[in-house]
Amino acid sequence: MAPMIPASPAFALSCVGALLAIAVLAIPGGRLRDAAPVVYGACLATSLVALGGALICLLAGPPASNVVLPLGLPWVGAHFRIDALAAFFLAVVNLGAVAASLYGIGYGRHESEPQRVLPFFPAFLAGMNLVVLADDAFSFLLAWEFMSLASWALVMAHHREGDNARAGYVYIVMASFGTLALLLAFGLLAGPEGGYAFAAIRAHGASAPSAALVLGLVLLGAGSKAGLAPLHVWLPLAHPAAPSHVSALMSGVMTKVAVYGFIRIVFDLLGPQAWWWGLPVLAAGGGSAVLGVLYALMQNDLKRVLAYSTIENIGLIFVGLGLTIAFEANGFHAAAALALTAALFHVFNHALFKSILFFGAGAVLTATGERQMDRLGGLIHKMPLTSFLVLIACAAISALPPLNGFASEWLVFQAILLSPQLPQWGLKLLIPAVGALLALSAALAAACFVRVFGIVFLGRPRSQQARDAHEVDRWSISAMAMLAALCVIAGVLPGFMIDSIASVVDALTGARMPAQASLQWLSIVPVAESRSSYNGLLVFAFIAASASLAAYAIHRLASQAVRRAPAWDCGFPDPSPSTQYSAESFSQPIQRVFGSYVFKASERIDMPAPGDMRPARIKVELRDLAWELIYAPIAQAVSFTAERLNRLQFLTIRVYLSLVFFALVTLLLALAVWP
Amino acid sequence: MGRLEFDVAHLLAGGLVLMSFMLLYQDRLFALLNVFALQAVVLALSVSWQAYVQGAPHLYVTAAIALVFKAIVIPVALHRIIVRLGIHREVENVVGVGPTMLAGMGLVALSMVVMLRVTADAYPLAREDLAFALSVVLLGLLMMVTRNNAVSQIVGFMSLENGLILAATGAKGMPLVVEISVAFSVLIAFIVIGTLLFRIRERFDTVDADALDRFRGGQR
Repeated sequence: MAPMIPASPAFALSCVGALLAIAVLAIPGGRLRDAAPVVYGACLATSLVALGGALICLLAGPPASNVVLPLGLPWVGAHFRIDALAAFFLAVVNLGAVAASLYGIGYGRHESEPQRVLPFFPAFLAGMNLVVLADDAFSFLLAWEFMSLASWALVMAHHREGDNARAGYVYIVMASFGTLALLLAFGLLAGPEGGYAFAAIRAHGASAPSAALVLGLVLLGAGSKAGLAPLHVWLPLAHPAAPSHVSALMSGVMTKVAVYGFIRIVFDLLGPQAWWWGLPVLAAGGGSAVLGVLYALMQNDLKRVLAYSTIENIGLIFVGLGLTIAFEANGFHAAAALALTAALFHVFNHALFKSILFFGAGAVLTATGERQMDRLGGLIHKMPLTSFLVLIACAAISALPPLNGFASEWLVFQAILLSPQLPQWGLKLLIPAVGALLALSAALAAACFVRVFGIVFLGRPRSQQARDAHEVDRWSISAMAMLAALCVIAGVLPGFMIDSIASVVDALTGARMPAQASLQWLSIVPVAESRSSYNGLLVFAFIAASASLAAYAIHRLASQAVRRAPAWDCGFPDPSPSTQYSAESFSQPIQRVFGSYVFKASERIDMPAPGDMRPARIKVELRDLAWELIYAPIAQAVSFTAERLNRLQFLTIRVYLSLVFFALVTLLLALAVWP
Repeated sequence: MGRLEFDVAHLLAGGLVLMSFMLLYQDRLFALLNVFALQAVVLALSVSWQAYVQGAPHLYVTAAIALVFKAIVIPVALHRIIVRLGIHREVENVVGVGPTMLAGMGLVALSMVVMLRVTADAYPLAREDLAFALSVVLLGLLMMVTRNNAVSQIVGFMSLENGLILAATGAKGMPLVVEISVAFSVLIAFIVIGTLLFRIRERFDTVDADALDRFRGGQR
């Protein structure tokens, strides 16, 4: 066994063991009063230690040692290893875990049935860590399924409420389907000799047709877990159903573990890539980005908006990965390094701001008991700190400079701008189209988060609960503040982030982006010969200076006294807050533009006759095309087949014996006839 | 190996198949039991001949087990069950004798073709034995499929097991432990099924397996 230095797989594994021990202890302890802060505190400490180990691995270079435990398949054993890629994702996972545990110390007190959450939360964290640590197919799949089941249990924590039971059902079906696809992919990779250790897979590689098949299976398996359209249907159901800090983990971190699975198999295990592999990845990414944000714009449930927005961001990440494949297959290593850096940077960023947003949604839920945006409003007066931190996350996810979302999306677009160098016409045509889709989705994402922030936090309260809201506890605030500070730091100083990802990118593409730390004024450049550059610090300084100048001028030139007055309302000050912009009215123009194609929307206006005193009503119906075109037919086919096969349950004993008998005779006949 | 050893082994194994055919067309339960006991005797002879030819004394134990249990204990027990249940006059015919015999011949031909092809380079004695053993197994299955009475289905199962023992002794080097455990598992199965028979009889007043399906309200 390797010595227990913090940067070794053995160390990371002992952290996983500690998390599992916490999970086991939480089973009897979960019913005790005040168990929640203890469990979350223990998770916080363990994740912090694991985060430290991962950061050391990432910055000081990965350890050479790996650990083989005598578990799993007898001739393989359970291999665990940390390379640069695993170290980066371990850092992301444990950063999210630290924040969620910190948030949980406060949020967990409001849990009605803590024994349904407390044991599974540490188990979920342990599962995600194990997936990243695994170095053979068996351990990987086992950890993957463990992670899925633990998160399923968390989704089902409040299984009696609303649609949660259905969400859990859809989730477990999709998760099993994804695991099946990955199982087949690893079966193809391992080959007939059953070399399931990753080292063995790397050594013998895969033939071209089976490699293409593996790519398809991995897109299905990892894509369904990450939420690529059209495999995303479980995500907007399951993520909102879980408690908010778990939603943050599922959306911010578990989808990243799926991205890790994709990168590990396609970039590390599968061997040299063909250029056309980029096409399906790019198309799936671009489609997911636009569809995700469009659906996000149409939702009224705050957490569901955030879940759909996750699909958009995953789409962006997959576009980055598709670009990497396209560049790498053509030998443009510098461009591939840029695209992969952008994708990984966005992985990190999305984990940050999506966690803040889910924490914010949880804070709103705690303060008001409401998730429907149309019953919120005006919370900025009641919850100033939460509002400010959520505003930072909204600006970051809308890719506004100088925050981190802008830096990574800028890098993705820089990579897209390098695509005219590519020789294949398929890529030359597809990549600009995907770029246009990304631009569209970025603009729509900004609209989406203006809507979220405007409806929930601005204006006047739309319900008594929103009027009675109060600020949440210090633990929740500090979790959000920690992540928001990281958002600002990563946005203002993106060069440091890029440099720390460089070793990961170097290991996978054989190149790295130019060392950003050596550039003057802390600016970043995408490729060495590029003329474009971005300086987060300068932008930040400019925005800060101009904003404070404007604020100073306004305060100086305008009256000092704060005066509250009704907003000007065309001379008719109205008493009802329901006359404000609502979530639906804000998104109606976009719904009209895309409605008939994407949503199959139908609007019905019920206008009373003149003299009739009842109010006019407008009724809008939206439909999910992916559900209707893909899932409903599959579900019908399955139930049809099951109906037919059901007759097999009611045969006589003699008929069962005859079935066995005729099967045997048929097989023997086949053996006799077969040459 | 001498010509004689081979011929005697062939004769005994063929006799086993012949007994299986005789089982197929018995439609009286007592006659069925008598033929079954006779088959067990032939099996015991065949196994002891193998023991003599292969010079494997432990096979004599197997032969003794077959003789004691299958030729004496089980037939006698079944005989008493039939008397106690009062079903010794029952005659059953689900599928006619002619088609059943034709199907049985087809099965024997099939097992010959399959086994002689698959075991092309095996020891000739084992080869013939395996082909006959497969025939006995298939004929036992055929009997289970074509009978309604639970007692005849048990007999079909037991004769199927005779085929398994024949195959096991034909192959050289099968350890005694395996054979003994197979014999005992069959005995246990017999006990379980016998108990079950009385239970079925208590509940449904018949041992016709179709009555179970009628009771279950299954597909008509």
